[in-house]
Amino acid sequence: MGRPIKVVIAKLGLDIHWRGVYLVSQFLRDSGMDVVYVGNKFPEQIVEAAMQEDADIVGLSTLGGNHLTLGLKTVKLLRDAKMDDVKVFMGGVIPPKHVPELLDGGVHKVYGPDTPMQTIIESVKDAVAV
Amino acid sequence: MELDELLQKALRGDTLAIARSISTVERRRPEARELLKRIYPHTGRAYYIGVTGPPGAGKSTLVDRLTRKFCEDGFSVGIVAVDPSSPYSGGAILGDRIRMSTKKKPGWDVFFRSMSAGNVVGGLAATTKEATRILDACGKQIIIVETVGVGQSELDVAGATDTVLVVLVPESGDSVQMMKAGLMEIADVFAVNKSDRSGAEAIGEAITNMLGRRSTFHKYEWLPPVYMTAAMRNWGIDELHQGILKHRAFLMEDSRLAKRRKSQLKAELHRLVEKEVSQIVGSYLEERKEMDRMVDEVWEHKTDPESVAWDISEKIGRRIKG
Repeated sequence: MGRPIKVVIAKLGLDIHWRGVYLVSQFLRDSGMDVVYVGNKFPEQIVEAAMQEDADIVGLSTLGGNHLTLGLKTVKLLRDAKMDDVKVFMGGVIPPKHVPELLDGGVHKVYGPDTPMQTIIESVKDAVAV
Repeated sequence: MELDELLQKALRGDTLAIARSISTVERRRPEARELLKRIYPHTGRAYYIGVTGPPGAGKSTLVDRLTRKFCEDGFSVGIVAVDPSSPYSGGAILGDRIRMSTKKKPGWDVFFRSMSAGNVVGGLAATTKEATRILDACGKQIIIVETVGVGQSELDVAGATDTVLVVLVPESGDSVQMMKAGLMEIADVFAVNKSDRSGAEAIGEAITNMLGRRSTFHKYEWLPPVYMTAAMRNWGIDELHQGILKHRAFLMEDSRLAKRRKSQLKAELHRLVEKEVSQIVGSYLEERKEMDRMVDEVWEHKTDPESVAWDISEKIGRRIKG
């Protein structure tokens, strides 16, 4: 009997829109995962949380246009902290033309607003199974 | 990271190593037993505070404010916050960390770990005590265990900490009899939080009266103080902080702390032995597959449940002796 998959979920930066991130947290919980919801945080704090919690996955909600700056910074800080195995998922409002740059920069998956919850859940499970 | 390296780093205070050590135990990895054995000699320097109370009382916010006070005192702080797991899905929203809103100052050392209670009857994760021992061994001087006071979890927290802080709110009921007896009896310190709301005075009085009534037949060496707090407004935090330190000073006199910890240890050893024995029982029943046959016999009224249980436990007892 191990530990449930642990996901740290944050709203990147200062945007206060909460519905998307709230729904995702609930669905992940309902699929049997432990969700550490940390609210509005900047990359340094997110990485500190992921470290102390020994998170399997980090989920970032970004609707304020900071996905390239703060999003990629989060990935970089995780790498610097020797936490490469912690995969980063991003959701929210992200222009499709930026997605390749995010994926190249180390983000594992980018999910737009219409992504079915089941897809997100399966994807998180697959990301940990590796 | 293999165990030697992990332990070396953790004992030196490396955050990732500490986190991974806790996970090793949470996941019940094969190295867990060895890890716990090796860190145990390094434990004993930390002071443990349990924080419990009904959901929504503001425990997490109070923990944040108290943590700031302890950091200002110069202590390093380790916090384990336990939230209930869903009995249906097994998952959990761990929402205590988000309340740690005080901005960290340079030099402050705060390690916060969220934990789900899992499917343990009682609400305190089986691995919580072990996680706190790891934090103790790795140098955290004040350890705070935060848990929701439902089921038997408040009793668990009393059995694992030195000072128990029970947090109530004015809405906890105008009659203290409404509250679970367990919660009221394990408190070393009370905080009536959200005391900016009406009813706070009344509840403070009700607690004091109850303590007064109990002292007619229960000799109190330490009469639990009641503090009015409003964590969001930073009211009463200084007094609460001082109250906890006063209890700590009280326990440090006359070997009270040692006595308390020894009796907790005895109860813990009992529990651990029972857990090991129940695993022996589990394996026995698994390998013998007697259960299915016995269920049929009881169903057909050829025997009764008590006789079956007695018979099987006799056999297990003989195996243990033999």
